[in-house]
Amino acid sequence: MKFLCVECDQQMAFAERQLPGDGTLAATFKCPKCGRVVAMLTNPMETQLVSSLGVEIGGRTVPAEAFEMVRANVMTAGRRDGLTAGPTWSADAQERLGRVPSFVRGMVKKIYADYARERGIAEITPAIMDTARTELGLEGM
Amino acid sequence: MRTYHQLTDPDRSGLAAQIGAQRQRVAERLAGVGGILAVMSGKGGVGKSYVTANLGRALARSGKAVGVLDADLNGPTIPGLLGLSGSRLTAHGAAVEPALGADGVRCVSMAHFLDDGAPLAFTGPTAESFVWRGAMEASALREFLGDVEWGRLDLLLLDLPPGMQRYIELCDILGKPPAVLTVTIPTPESRDAVRRAMRAAVDHGSELLGIVENMVGGELKGSAAADLALEFRTPVLARIPWHPSPDVWSELASRLPEARGPRPQAP
Repeated sequence: MKFLCVECDQQMAFAERQLPGDGTLAATFKCPKCGRVVAMLTNPMETQLVSSLGVEIGGRTVPAEAFEMVRANVMTAGRRDGLTAGPTWSADAQERLGRVPSFVRGMVKKIYADYARERGIAEITPAIMDTARTELGLEGM
Repeated sequence: MRTYHQLTDPDRSGLAAQIGAQRQRVAERLAGVGGILAVMSGKGGVGKSYVTANLGRALARSGKAVGVLDADLNGPTIPGLLGLSGSRLTAHGAAVEPALGADGVRCVSMAHFLDDGAPLAFTGPTAESFVWRGAMEASALREFLGDVEWGRLDLLLLDLPPGMQRYIELCDILGKPPAVLTVTIPTPESRDAVRRAMRAAVDHGSELLGIVENMVGGELKGSAAADLALEFRTPVLARIPWHPSPDVWSELASRLPEARGPRPQAP
């Protein structure tokens, strides 16, 4: 979508986006030559249609989060969210996990992830894996 | 007055680039997936999810790394069939880890987000919701494909709902049609409905890997699988009785040809 200042025959530049919270959207565009500003206002249905595409008017300023649309728009009733936060894996830990035979890798990964989650560990590193292996008696994993 | 293509400055919103980035994300996320197989049927109630879950388990028992994406967003049943009722998913930064079900089958489903018995509903204006609801569902499917860290998989099974809409969305999101396994029951009514779905799959360029005839040996009479196999020159891979033993699923798993892709196409 582009906006043209007809008088100046100049493409207008995106200036600002507002989300008033009532399902509508306001985006302003400014002519770089004469300074005229116009606003594009969308009704809730139009805003929803754009939102459903997983895109942002004015451009994306931060990377998309996992399941961004689902988390924002699916009504989960009493079940706040289908996701729980889990620990991340350092590159070294991922590489080490990759050496575990594939048929048990998922189970091993879950064991380490549960271990980290229960202890509030944000990132699983080889050192954490060593500690878990000792504490849980997982020699060889 | 100049037209859109005569304005040469880039569109600040970059909507085309944002859509391209979404497709790139799907391609990168599925790079470790050996094959993608859509389990589909033009008819509801033929046991697609039942076949998908049990096929996935049999493949896993044979040593394959298998994932199941429950693409039936409005009637998700895969978690229940994989012993994952009530389970949730775990997010690791920008990636989501699939739930680990029976026999080690990895699973992602809309059921993870819904209360028992609750329908899939979206926030938003209620008037004319048909305008945007389909796009919301397609977007959810894209997130299930692009945001889940499946890891290395030999095969990702996609359990599709009845009808063709989700299949067409899938083709668009992947950038290439997936291989298809068709499920039918013996009746002529099922044959006629499934024929339409198989024709659509062929028209879109999907490879038909075979047909599974479910609910065989009871009150349901007909020769749907044999008729469709002849018409589409694709094999009947299994005839599943009402109370199948694990051997039936193992036999189906062993007869399943390699799903040759697709690897999603990067934009």
